[in-house]
Amino acid sequence: MSFDIEVNNQRFEAEPRAGQCLRTYLRERGWFGVKKGCDQGDCGACTVHVDGEPVHSCLYPAVRAEGRSVTTVEGLASPEGELHPVQRKFLDAQGFQCGFCTAGFLMTTAALEAERGTEHDDGKLADLPRAFKGNICRCTGYRAIEDAVRGVRHTERPCAGKAVGKSLGAPAGPQVVTGTARYTFDVEVPGLLHLKLLRSPHPHARIVSIDTTEALRVPGVRAVLTHHDAPDTLYSSARHEHPTEDPDDTRVLDDTVRYVGQRVAAVVADSEQAAEEGCRRVEVVYEQLPYVVDPEKAMAPGAPVIHEGKGSEVRIARVENNVAGEVHGEIGCVADGFAEADVIYEETFRTQRVQHASLETHGCVAYFEPKEDGTGERLTVRSSTQTPFLTRRALCALYDLPEDEVRVVAGRVGGGFGGKQEMLTEDIVTLAALKLRRPVKLEYTRAEQFYGATTRHPFTIGIKVGARADGILTAIQMRVVSNTGAYGNHGPAVMFHSVGESFAVYRAPHKKVDAFSVYTNVVPAGAFRGYGLGQVTFAVESVMDELARRLGIDPLVFREKNIIGPGEPMHSPIGEEEDLHIASYGLDQCLDVVRNTLAEDESSAKAPEGWLVGQGTAMAMIATGPPGGHYADARVSLLSDGTYDIAVGTAEFGNGTTTVHKQITAGALNTTEDRLTIRQSDTDVVRHDTGAFGSAGTVVAGKAVLLAAGSLAERLRTFAARHTGVARHLCVLGAEAVDCAGRVVTLKELHEAAIAAGAEEEIAADGHWGGSPRSVAFNAQWFRLAVDPDSGEIRILRSVHAADAGKVMNPMQCRGQVEGGVAQALGATLFENVRVDDRGEVTTAAFRRYRLPQYADVPRTEVHFMETTDAIGPLGAKSMSESPFNPVGPAFANALRDATGIRFTEMPVTRDRVWLAMDQRRRARSAGAPAGA
Amino acid sequence: MDLNTVADVRDARLREPWQPGDAWLGGGTYLFSEPQPQLRRLVDLSRMGWEPLILDPDGSLEIAATCTIAQLYRFGRTLSAEAAPLFSQCCRAFLASFKIWNMATVGGNLCNGLPAGPMISLTAGLDGSCLLQSQTGATRTVKIVDFITGAGRKVLQEGELFRSVTLPARALDCRTAYRQASLYGLGRSGALVIGTLDPVDGSMAVTISAATVRPFRFWFPLPPTKGELRRVIEATVREDDWYDDIHGLPEWRHHMGLRLAEEVRHELTQLSRDGVR
Repeated sequence: MSFDIEVNNQRFEAEPRAGQCLRTYLRERGWFGVKKGCDQGDCGACTVHVDGEPVHSCLYPAVRAEGRSVTTVEGLASPEGELHPVQRKFLDAQGFQCGFCTAGFLMTTAALEAERGTEHDDGKLADLPRAFKGNICRCTGYRAIEDAVRGVRHTERPCAGKAVGKSLGAPAGPQVVTGTARYTFDVEVPGLLHLKLLRSPHPHARIVSIDTTEALRVPGVRAVLTHHDAPDTLYSSARHEHPTEDPDDTRVLDDTVRYVGQRVAAVVADSEQAAEEGCRRVEVVYEQLPYVVDPEKAMAPGAPVIHEGKGSEVRIARVENNVAGEVHGEIGCVADGFAEADVIYEETFRTQRVQHASLETHGCVAYFEPKEDGTGERLTVRSSTQTPFLTRRALCALYDLPEDEVRVVAGRVGGGFGGKQEMLTEDIVTLAALKLRRPVKLEYTRAEQFYGATTRHPFTIGIKVGARADGILTAIQMRVVSNTGAYGNHGPAVMFHSVGESFAVYRAPHKKVDAFSVYTNVVPAGAFRGYGLGQVTFAVESVMDELARRLGIDPLVFREKNIIGPGEPMHSPIGEEEDLHIASYGLDQCLDVVRNTLAEDESSAKAPEGWLVGQGTAMAMIATGPPGGHYADARVSLLSDGTYDIAVGTAEFGNGTTTVHKQITAGALNTTEDRLTIRQSDTDVVRHDTGAFGSAGTVVAGKAVLLAAGSLAERLRTFAARHTGVARHLCVLGAEAVDCAGRVVTLKELHEAAIAAGAEEEIAADGHWGGSPRSVAFNAQWFRLAVDPDSGEIRILRSVHAADAGKVMNPMQCRGQVEGGVAQALGATLFENVRVDDRGEVTTAAFRRYRLPQYADVPRTEVHFMETTDAIGPLGAKSMSESPFNPVGPAFANALRDATGIRFTEMPVTRDRVWLAMDQRRRARSAGAPAGA
Repeated sequence: MDLNTVADVRDARLREPWQPGDAWLGGGTYLFSEPQPQLRRLVDLSRMGWEPLILDPDGSLEIAATCTIAQLYRFGRTLSAEAAPLFSQCCRAFLASFKIWNMATVGGNLCNGLPAGPMISLTAGLDGSCLLQSQTGATRTVKIVDFITGAGRKVLQEGELFRSVTLPARALDCRTAYRQASLYGLGRSGALVIGTLDPVDGSMAVTISAATVRPFRFWFPLPPTKGELRRVIEATVREDDWYDDIHGLPEWRHHMGLRLAEEVRHELTQLSRDGVR
């Protein structure tokens, strides 16, 4: 049987496998622009045109493409390379962040454009919420995509030295829109083996035996790895600069499984099919153990002990009570504070399990390459990670390897949101690669992302706050229980962070906290945008709103009476962080934005008749970097062609740090972005970088880049002065040359001169920043909502966000970060929910069961930046990546309270739950019971 | 996704004996969307050559199982029958993108039998019947409301082929009303109600789907009052027939089912009273 298919005007005759989908067929032919976001038809990242019709190639049986013509994103531009108008528009508006979904949006938009004016035109292009059903973007919040489709231009091309503060386009933009940006799995590695994981069907069990005989008989299976093959070493999958922050409770493969979905064995084979078949044939005998999925029950006496037998060296707070970490603290005396209060409000708030849902799944490819010094081979791990350097450190510790024998590199990463501040695949892939001395790949499925990666920590927050009649807070007390799941990874650190800035932003003489990070037999939680703050902020901001209402004080006025001011110390009951300062203060401006909006807002008029209308605000403070040191090295060098090379460790996953690093360098070296190239996220390029987490990309790595570039600028002037004999203060660095009092020395000449003089060190400079001291950033969110009392449907009439990011490096990008954060938080507010059953098994392991915000769900948010300049951050900048998320949920809940009179204490507030709460109140009222929720 | 246990794709025209591990391949949009480790062979319907949509001389509409959603949608936009708007309304009720419509088939949606299946809503609402063909070649006709027996459950036998669904001319001539509710913007249906008013005898049918585990069609010789409609629904749909899954609490679906049914009744009776279309 012959097979014939045309892809982007090239013929292919390789016959597909019987059950193969078109997506993998195309990728196997090297068309890497076709992405796997879900592999289930839900996200649209794999959209291609078959005979001109747009389809999701992950659902398209490859055999049916016989005789057809397929266009992928790589075929969208003309053969001469001229961009398709849609590609041009997505570049101009920067209608992307990580870019992993972009090919799907481009192919869909191109199809809509082609349909326009034909007999099949049904107006989709004018109705984007409908047109983009089935195209999911996790980063942007869709505004940038709408602008791209509509042809709005945002990118600027600033002149030499003027890049800072301008909307420079992302350096990788042209690759992103042509499908040529290389993400983690977009590489061809000869002889690659594929790894698949057998996962536990039980929430808690001891592995009695594993029989791999049948699995090894499957043709193509090369190895089956079990706990017998894994090192005994215990470690944490969480990545931090100081590994001692996290409990060492994890083994690569364990003889005890602690949640449904934990890996039991790894099958390595020539193909994914063979590896899957191998997994089905591994025979495991389990001895099931008692399990617990509720954190309160897990702490109770007699509960099953999940990490039984682990000693104090692994840093679990109380093994016997399943407490991974805990903190207790009090400043003042809350009992006294509550005695002074005229009004006390006490409530329990709950947040659900949320998935990061970065469109690129976790995974890595490990292969061997010759060492540069010719002394043999070293292992290279190409991973979808936010922390290449820390992952190398962990791999070296785990397998006892010297650092020069392991390289970890990240390509362009398709979204992170904290989920990739974790070593979830590199450990097992390295084990396989070292054992077989062959290249090995593991690429998670979308389902595995839900039960085999991590989630946001579900929190229960019991909170009690007292205030005097004049609106002054007297005491804040919280009992916080965070469910870390079966492993501790980020649990204790998230718990600590959750009760830091959330307490400190409000002045109160008496504060007390008891917080617990608790083990349960459920998929582990991990780092997630906001790192615990968002959960506690939901409680704090809901309570402040409620207290203000009970006192009859405007919630904005109430906040202004109680928030910390500039220069004030930040008091949290867990102690003061000495390196944390208010190095710029924009919280007052944030609240002013809300006040001014309220004064002019007329959005209530848009509410449908009979709907309830309400408005609400919430605010949040966040440290601009993680505590305890966050290190970045950078090196900027002049190249022989007169351009510059920037080497920096941090990864790019749509956060836009690459752009900012270029802008900073262009400013310091008085040049333009086209004269700069960046090498990044590779353990080879600099000495160290803690990683792209904790909102550190601009304020830590950016500061290192600024120091390096600034230092290089000085060196170039010094060397030019030496070279020409002109006084140094008369030498001016320009984009192409140094002007030495009228004598122009081109940068090319300068480079030649330096090499000739053996002065290479004069044309390169290093920068280092240790991430301390740190400042704080502020955010406020305001919503006006309309609620249909008879269905629970909620319409966002207006959404306004105020962000204190210090000096904004790139307004277009920063706006995108804020919009994306608001959209992601709206998902967690409105519907996102990783549900588990009573055995802790995830029941929503697909995008069709785990709703992500789609185009139709996300309103435009008006983004305002505050006029502040930070004394610590590079050029006055502060971080603005995690924090926009944090005030969104409580602002929404406060607006819902305003509209309905009901205080919603549990996320998410789905339409059915909102209706049910209103219906129950109606029933209670008609039954004559007292009103209230 | 790749279905890695599938070793063969057979052309359905060959009419080879059905084997364990076989599955009919329609558009593939469900089959390829989830792991199917039980499958060994796909029996491909794409070359059957069935005419997607046939308007019979008696005015009834026969929709082939292999008719794609895109074909149905486009047909609906050109159809002059009174009930024509329902076609695009129900297509738009799909959670799936219009791109999926290019592959997904009407038969596939019906055979999946999910409560939110909009082709179930459409064909049940328009009093459709399906033609099923067993492996021996024997055929039977089943009303769509009887074809679906529960969430994901239907009367289809192993190896039985869903050949087509036919909508009677009488139903296509009805004036229709449509309501849908979801937990999300343009999301999966949590409740979908279709009303039809027969211009010949003035009878009204109200079909509730998505809110319930299977479609419920209520027929009234004359339009019911608000109270009558509610009473009949409450008397027929048992408490556990209101669907309980992640896309809506059963209490909410129950409420929305009743509310949308009343809206549909109201719309159709208002229009007929006013003599306006």
